[in-house]
Amino acid sequence: MRRRLFRDDAVVLRVQKLGEADHIVSMIGRRHGRMRAVAKGVRKTTSKFGARLEPFGHIDLQLVEGRNLHIVSQVEGIDLYGRRIAEDYAAYTAASAISETAERLTPIEGEPSLRLFQLTLGALRVLADREHPPALILDSYMLRGMHDAGWAPILVACAICGLKGDHRAFSIPAGGCVCRDCRPAGSAHPSPSALELMRALAVGDWKRAKDSVVGVRKEASGLIAAHLQWHLERDLRSLSYVERS
Amino acid sequence: MYEGALADLIEELGRLPGIGPKGAQRIAFHILSADTHDIDKLADALKRVKQLVRVCEICFNVSEEDRCRICRDPRRTDENICVVEESKDVIAVERTGEFRGRYHVLGGAINPLEGIGPDNLRIRELMTRLQAGETKELILATDPNTEGEATATYLALLVKPMGITVSRLASGLPVGGDLEYADEITLGRAFEGRRVLD
Repeated sequence: MRRRLFRDDAVVLRVQKLGEADHIVSMIGRRHGRMRAVAKGVRKTTSKFGARLEPFGHIDLQLVEGRNLHIVSQVEGIDLYGRRIAEDYAAYTAASAISETAERLTPIEGEPSLRLFQLTLGALRVLADREHPPALILDSYMLRGMHDAGWAPILVACAICGLKGDHRAFSIPAGGCVCRDCRPAGSAHPSPSALELMRALAVGDWKRAKDSVVGVRKEASGLIAAHLQWHLERDLRSLSYVERS
Repeated sequence: MYEGALADLIEELGRLPGIGPKGAQRIAFHILSADTHDIDKLADALKRVKQLVRVCEICFNVSEEDRCRICRDPRRTDENICVVEESKDVIAVERTGEFRGRYHVLGGAINPLEGIGPDNLRIRELMTRLQAGETKELILATDPNTEGEATATYLALLVKPMGITVSRLASGLPVGGDLEYADEITLGRAFEGRRVLD
């Protein structure tokens, strides 16, 4: 049976070694969502397209459809951010966490996820361009990724009764900020600055976000990571390596 | 299908990297038909490699003694240390015949997605070696991929404040190839790392 060829542009999320000289490339495509494909011979120095299939790159590729894994047949680089990101260790650790988040937010392979594709591509671009601190980019990405998945923490109203306002208590199981009357036992009480920072990151208000101090950033990132991992029902391995100083 | 000792052998061979069920079957039948003396030699080599081979206490290259051949060699300089990811990379650099310093085998590259951080590599041991004060240049020969570059970036951040020269292996065109077949990334790096002809 002749196998179907298809083409897409995609962001490379991670590569894993396969056999002597191959890679399994995990990526999120504009039209095909998360995909995994075998890239044959790319670890050899003679490979024609190994360099284009490095993590964090935006590529245009042609694939041969497979039952479990596709096969990469042609690749062109569009914007290869990998090297610029790897030159900044904090950016590299943030990009790794972004890649893992993207994988976890797309549990079903082949299901289109255009908004997450665009979000991932945009996050990697600003990381490579050093536009904002890497840890803030990661936190903003996770908040917006959760928004697309329908799990965004509610930050401007009570997550239980819907009462509008800047409530002080935060409950992950309840889904965000909670008012004094509704707050469940065990709710966290983050500083108002941390919640303010989360609101800024959720809408991409970088001026306000960059005015925050390190302690507030750590407090907010802890809440964001806990909220995401609670909904994913698993830990993100790469988060513990993110450089937040 | 197969049973007993033959089935066990096929199953064990199939666990080895790069060997699938067909390959395991082929090797098992080769062993079955081979001379007993040859198979004894193979079995002995397998046992001896596990009993004798360990890692060098200085550079973490594979060795049968506490210190590997390179660390014991008095003709090599302590002023240059070449950092590689795996012991296999030591052999690759040695084949060039260009390097007369010492090595340090990290045991991998930083890869948060696989749960490998700086603490999982032999970076602390490298820093202890550098603190001895004999090293003048640290050559970062990690793989030319994203993880290798990030590991080199991390090591450079740690080592530069110690006043040691930190260099990175050049990336570029393979010798004997045609320029027109080079991919744009490799060619771009070759341009970045071009040298003035004397």
